[in-house]
Amino acid sequence: MGLRAKFPMLYTLYPKKKNMQKPKPPRWADQLLEWFCAPHLLEEVQGDLYEKFQKNLRVFGEKTARQEYAKGVLSFIKPFALRRKKEVSTELYIQIMISNYFKVAFRNLLKYKGYSFINIFGLASGMAVAILIGLWIYDELSYNKYYQNYNRIAKVMQGATPNGEFGVGEHMPIPLGTTLKTDFSHDFTYVVMSSWTGEHILASGDKKFMKTGNYLSSEAPDMLTLKMLRGTRAGLKDQNSILLSESVAKSIFGYDDPMGKIVRIDNKLDVKVTGIYEDFPYNTEFRDMTFIAPWDLYVSSESWIKPNANWGNNSWQILAQIAPKADFETVSKKIKNLRVKNVPEAAYMKPEIFLHPMSRWHLYGGWDKFRNPEGRIQYVWLFGIIGIFVLLLACINFMNLSTARSEKRAKEVGIRKAIGSVRSQLVIQFFSESILMVAFAFLFSLMAVLLMLPFFNEVADKKLSLLWNEPLFWLAGIGFSLLTGLIAGSYPAIYLSSFQPIKVLKGTFRAGRLAAIPRKVLVVTQFTVSITLIIGTIIVFRQIQYAKNRPIGYDRSSMITIGMNTPELYGKYSVLRDELKRTGAVVEMATSSSPTTKLGSRLIGFDWPGKNPGFKEQFGVIAVTHDFGKTVGWQFTNGRDFSRDFSTDSSGIVLNETAVRYMGLKDPVGKTIKWNGNPYQVIGIIKDMVMDSPFDPVYQTVFILNYNWSSVISIKLNPELSTNESLAKVEEVFKKLNPASPFDYKFTDQQYAIKFSTEDRIGKLATFFAVLAILISCLGLFGLASFVAEQRIKEIGIRKVLGATVFSLWSLLSTEFVLFVLVSLLLAVPISYYYMSSWLQKYTYHIEISWWIFALSGLGAILITLLTVSYQAIKAALMNPVKTLKNE
Amino acid sequence: MKRTYLGEFEEIVLLTVAIMGDKAYGVSITEEIEEQTGRSVSVSAVHAALHRLEEKNMVSSYMGDATAERGGRRKRLFSVTALGNRTLDEIRLLRNRLWDNIPLRIFSTLQ
Repeated sequence: MGLRAKFPMLYTLYPKKKNMQKPKPPRWADQLLEWFCAPHLLEEVQGDLYEKFQKNLRVFGEKTARQEYAKGVLSFIKPFALRRKKEVSTELYIQIMISNYFKVAFRNLLKYKGYSFINIFGLASGMAVAILIGLWIYDELSYNKYYQNYNRIAKVMQGATPNGEFGVGEHMPIPLGTTLKTDFSHDFTYVVMSSWTGEHILASGDKKFMKTGNYLSSEAPDMLTLKMLRGTRAGLKDQNSILLSESVAKSIFGYDDPMGKIVRIDNKLDVKVTGIYEDFPYNTEFRDMTFIAPWDLYVSSESWIKPNANWGNNSWQILAQIAPKADFETVSKKIKNLRVKNVPEAAYMKPEIFLHPMSRWHLYGGWDKFRNPEGRIQYVWLFGIIGIFVLLLACINFMNLSTARSEKRAKEVGIRKAIGSVRSQLVIQFFSESILMVAFAFLFSLMAVLLMLPFFNEVADKKLSLLWNEPLFWLAGIGFSLLTGLIAGSYPAIYLSSFQPIKVLKGTFRAGRLAAIPRKVLVVTQFTVSITLIIGTIIVFRQIQYAKNRPIGYDRSSMITIGMNTPELYGKYSVLRDELKRTGAVVEMATSSSPTTKLGSRLIGFDWPGKNPGFKEQFGVIAVTHDFGKTVGWQFTNGRDFSRDFSTDSSGIVLNETAVRYMGLKDPVGKTIKWNGNPYQVIGIIKDMVMDSPFDPVYQTVFILNYNWSSVISIKLNPELSTNESLAKVEEVFKKLNPASPFDYKFTDQQYAIKFSTEDRIGKLATFFAVLAILISCLGLFGLASFVAEQRIKEIGIRKVLGATVFSLWSLLSTEFVLFVLVSLLLAVPISYYYMSSWLQKYTYHIEISWWIFALSGLGAILITLLTVSYQAIKAALMNPVKTLKNE
Repeated sequence: MKRTYLGEFEEIVLLTVAIMGDKAYGVSITEEIEEQTGRSVSVSAVHAALHRLEEKNMVSSYMGDATAERGGRRKRLFSVTALGNRTLDEIRLLRNRLWDNIPLRIFSTLQ
């Protein structure tokens, strides 16, 4: 058959070539029409115009036909032909579809309220913990960044390796500062001497306040880039001036103008206020520096400084800012040998001077004896890891539950597919659903953080707030939410959407055995983390308790200490003591060179019978008065206390047990010890008193009598009177004898407790996180158990009908979970043992990790698991089998 | 009953569609009107009127065959709907009633 016969239509529409030469309508008119005419009208309009053209061609000829055609086209420029047909647009479809997704998502949330609550609440608490820890770490890392010269400021430090162990000190001699300033002027922009931040009395008129402040060289305001609210940074150049922080200025002068007013420091120095600076923020090294007075004033007012301004006396701090082009390492190298050069006799301990950059002050504040830097960075790591783990737990939960839930929705997937959903639409649906859940959780977690921040700040000793204005915060929060949503939604989105609708709808679909494996792995991971945290917390607490229970060798109850901060208090020992005792509120009073809660001086220059000449000894030395022993209640193992009955006691010495062991003395009482050439006779041995860290061994310490070397008054209050009553009476005496100073006292037991603050803080935070981790894990377990119970509800029904007891059903449902926990326990024990034993190594005085801790936490974990699972298991086991079996 | 308003030209087009039966499309309607009324009518005007009538549900349409002289394009064929028929009847009745009410005298002068 020929083509013509096969497609007659084609040949009628497109006749043979010779006919194609026929006149045609003007091209431009055609194109114009095609451009403006609505597509749905084009065919008929253009067809009619063509037909008309052909007729005109026959009747009037080509020219007229073409003209008429053009006119015809132009006359169609009318609204009806221009207007495009309104179709239901794709965007509208998508809108409807997405709003349907949300509707379905909300219905699902509401239908399974329990699951939704567990899911969202669990994730929200995990996120809240992560946010809190994130804020905490952010704060730690931004410590000191307030100072604009952050990257150039350093402390001058000296290190030494006397007996093979590296040690570091921040105390510097005055000539070192001068040398750095004059001989190394190219390397340093500023060298600032500091008297250390300490308590001083600031008085104006009859207002007296105890404030912490510092004496600094006049360049300090420039180095620390003080934000001056009044006056200028040059205000410290005048020797009799003082810069006040805003808060101190407020408390002293209220709303009066403080500028130019006179302030009296420690009841002896009158200075003029020359500037007010913005308070240093809480997360800075110098936050306690609430006023700054000139270094020169300090040197001229304290008579003991000038004779001690030599290389032998290390009493001050030196801060420095290096020159713009210098770097810390090269400058450190240059100044390394300054000490050996100036104090050749110290060469045996290999001293070196170096710079400790401000960026490392807070997180790498110290060095261990092998010279490895250490410090708070370990806590940053610890909490960072805990935060990540808690968040991980919450995410695991979330994924587990959403995955478990999603299997219930296989039918929905089948129907959607049957109606015509494409796979990509289902993927989008499940993703948007899980992201919606995560978004809820994120909002809740923000609220939770807002609620918890005050409490958290108190425990962590921080002033954190949500970083509403920090783009990084939002980026992290939203980025993380999206990520969690995507991961949690990935299983339903990718796996469920691949189902064949026919299988699902016929009911032959069953999630494979393999589908449960990742879930099991996740549950085990979760419990491993939780149990590790439980074990860790128990060990931290045991360690703290252990140190707290340590015998401290003296009686710290109802004891107070008062600093000797004004000249009036000196030389009045017996007057003060008599007056205090006369009130009846005080049992005993004594002065000493340092309080019992702090070992002040560690000194050399001792000699004793049998001492190895090459031994480089060092002793803690405390000067006390006759009444010190009775005040603090130290206990003698041998010999006797200082007594006024023996005039020879003025050259007597009391040792602690460690000192006796340190010297290797046998029968020490009565022996003579030399210190700087002067003989001291040992009159007694006391039980070790814990004066420094309760986690460290007691330091070898000697006590001598000296009424002039005193810095603190210790008072034992009468335990029979109430503390308030006693304090009021003591205050009266002090007001009379030391009117220039506010009555400021410290309870010794509180001071002692401060020594545990870091550990207490860590313990509290660790408990908080451990409890949350367990809570989150249990929530997950609870949800999972109920899911499993629900899945097997028919099986349980049949078993019951066949005679299974509630107990056997309960064990059927619970065994699996208990197995999970046992596996987790096996994993958690070595992990926690490894990390906790290395944590304990830090403390010389520490507990041993005993097996019962692991047993106890394992038992606890199993109990918690059983409690969580049993509720669901028993509920399922008690159900009436008729109800579960009758439908279908 | 309030009926849909029809303009004069619309009425003519609708009547023409009714006349043409199943052969009513743009060009044929135009030619028929020109023939019947003697006035010159543009295709676009007819199209616009048909469009309006379709919106008013007076006519319905479907796509018909293609022919060579249309360059292979299909024509849209129109037919009067029931509503269209009723509307035409009502118009006619109204006119007749009005005519019947004209007094004879005037009627004759008009002639």
